[in-house]
Amino acid sequence: MDAIILQILNGLDKGGAYALIALGLTLVFGTLGVVNFAHGALFMLGAFCAVTFNKLLTLEKVTLDPTQLTPWGTAAEIKTSLVEAWLGEYGKVLVNYSVPVSIIVAIPVMLIIGIVMERGLIRHFYKRPHADQILVTFGLAIVLQEIIKHFYGANPIPQAAPAAFAGTAQVGMLLGMGDAIPYPWWRLIYLFFSLGIIGIVFAFLQFTTYGMVVRAGMRDRETVGLLGIDIERRFTVVFGIAAVVAGLAGVMYTPILPPDYHMGMDFLVLSFVVVVVGGMGSLGGAVAAGFLLGILQSFASMNEIKSIIPGIDQIIIYLVAVVILLTMPRGLMGRKGVMED
Amino acid sequence: MSKLIINRRGLLKAGAVGGLALSTPMHFMRGAYAADASCNMPTGANVVFGFNIPLSGPYADEGADELKAYQLAVKHLNGEGDGGMLPTFSSKALKGNGVLGKKVTFVSGDTQTKADAARDSAKRMIEKEKAIMITGGSSSAEAIAVQSLCQDMGVIFMSCLTHSNDTTGKDKKRYGFRHFFNAYMSGVALGPVLGEVYGKDRKAYHLTADYTWGWTQEESMKKSTEAQGWKTVNAVRTPLGAGDFSQYLTPVLSSGADVLILNHYGKDMVNSLTQAVQFGMRAKQVNGKNFEIVVPLFSELMAQGAGDAIKGIYGTANWDWKLDNDGTKAFVKSFGKEYGVPPSQAAQTAYAQAILYADACERAGTFFAPAVIKALEGFEFDGLGNGKTLYRDSDHQCFKDVLVVQGKEKPKDKYDLLEVKKIVAAKDVTYDPAIFGGDLGPADAKTCG
Repeated sequence: MDAIILQILNGLDKGGAYALIALGLTLVFGTLGVVNFAHGALFMLGAFCAVTFNKLLTLEKVTLDPTQLTPWGTAAEIKTSLVEAWLGEYGKVLVNYSVPVSIIVAIPVMLIIGIVMERGLIRHFYKRPHADQILVTFGLAIVLQEIIKHFYGANPIPQAAPAAFAGTAQVGMLLGMGDAIPYPWWRLIYLFFSLGIIGIVFAFLQFTTYGMVVRAGMRDRETVGLLGIDIERRFTVVFGIAAVVAGLAGVMYTPILPPDYHMGMDFLVLSFVVVVVGGMGSLGGAVAAGFLLGILQSFASMNEIKSIIPGIDQIIIYLVAVVILLTMPRGLMGRKGVMED
Repeated sequence: MSKLIINRRGLLKAGAVGGLALSTPMHFMRGAYAADASCNMPTGANVVFGFNIPLSGPYADEGADELKAYQLAVKHLNGEGDGGMLPTFSSKALKGNGVLGKKVTFVSGDTQTKADAARDSAKRMIEKEKAIMITGGSSSAEAIAVQSLCQDMGVIFMSCLTHSNDTTGKDKKRYGFRHFFNAYMSGVALGPVLGEVYGKDRKAYHLTADYTWGWTQEESMKKSTEAQGWKTVNAVRTPLGAGDFSQYLTPVLSSGADVLILNHYGKDMVNSLTQAVQFGMRAKQVNGKNFEIVVPLFSELMAQGAGDAIKGIYGTANWDWKLDNDGTKAFVKSFGKEYGVPPSQAAQTAYAQAILYADACERAGTFFAPAVIKALEGFEFDGLGNGKTLYRDSDHQCFKDVLVVQGKEKPKDKYDLLEVKKIVAAKDVTYDPAIFGGDLGPADAKTCG
């Protein structure tokens, strides 16, 4: 039983990341009709916002000490933390909480990146075939990841969760099962964080006038335009919001998976499957499919399942996608007419 | 029908020509023959080395370090810089004037940490850029693929980071040589230390990267830990580059195992180790004992990626920049002066392989591949950082001391993450080549295919 609960938690956790990326992908596709293969790179850029913020906080003043020599005979470097020297204990706290605090930095940075990406490149491809959009956004993703590799190297860069959340929560205690189910605090936080972000995006679209216009534009952009609303500008902002959602997903994922330049690509393909399974253009479908596929992937990795069907853990997502598309061609919650022309 | 007429003048001429031919020094003759027979024999003033390294993909940082070491080796071979390990190297054939009087130049290619890309890149360097040898690589899949290509083309391959038993076992080739140690040696060196430190009554759970290196690493570790009395609870294969290993780690918690052995390398190692620590495995007690994690193959660059998670973890390494021997000191000094950081084990093995090839050419007195192979087979040397080393002739595997290392609790900086706990003598990790099978194949000279 404890093994099953642990796998459900794993699935929800992983599903949270899939859902956040797929949500952004669907927003972009639903509003702008663009298949954005650079969306995974936005997830990666968000993670590197956290890395950069941490690097800035841990900048050191380097002085040479000629009395100590390196093994190759040059003067040894003595490093002192600038932030800790300036802010004392507050500096240490800031470094400790660098990942959650970097959210404040990531929001404007990702919004600007999203808007620049849409205005500078993607808008020129609105009326081009999907194949062109895929090629250009895929190319953009490669460019972005090579830039990151150039500045940060290819190796993963670990980011620590705040010390207070570094241990494990005894989930079993809450369920009256003793200490059999330890689960990392940060993964639980990530799960609730992703649910929170999903809730905020849905509330924004559902309960604000801006969101209502965007939803109307997703249904029929021409009519909304005829009403004198500059729907294109709003869609640009939506692209920015999608970039922020992907970026925040990346920021908070850094203590779970040490980020490297390729992490966006690792998530991109799976997230596209999530979008297709959920139904093209369906925000609810993307979220539901994200969590569903996350849980299925976790269960498929259990030894009991793998002993019956070897290798199932590596194909389960695609297998489910095939079955769902055969039985429900529009996906779980797909809308009629989307990508059917 | 013509009639053969031999007069006195003709007989004298034939005798003079025959005598001249017979009196020609053997190495001159061999060179003349080799120019036609061995792939990419240099004809001008330069000889081209081919460095096939991962400059992109998950092992790109290791590849970058390898390239730095190769460039340094080329400098030293051509008599530039401080000479690095050439003065400490036991063979004194290299004089710092290139190789056989020819200046060493190099070409490089990006293997992308993929076997097919590595093969394509090596093929290009041999066919288009006339590389006389290929060296490099950061995974066993790459090494095995390139080694096979080099065997077919008749070009010597001096592999770099490859740890699978198969490279010099079932997939060994006459044209392939490995300086790096292997999974079997890691197991033999690490097993007794684990038994000593963690006790004989242990239950191990393996998570293994699902490719040639992972399989042989798992097999070797199982064998060596079971010889210590440990039981293997389960061995689970994980896809290469899985990223999130949580679904493979959680079953460990309820398996009854008290040791997790991560047969992962590179990014997989960083991720699985970090996540295992996040799941509280280092702080856990099982069967009345502290739960332990073991990483059989360590790399300093990967240790940097794992951060604090590496502290206290046992593993093995091929070499460490803090070793106290003349070769290591000379190399660290040379590399540090050039690049401002100490070299990784990837850099050391890359440097050693370039030097060993060049030295073999000098000793053979030719670039003719079969003669260079002969010079490398059974060659014993010292002074390249690993102590006395033998290039065994039967499988082209180097035998030298193996380091058992542990993640330092209080490292001084990011280059001081590993502490050498034990140096296991080469004789203790030497094995019968027959246990891994394979056939070296012929040493026939080939003209690039």
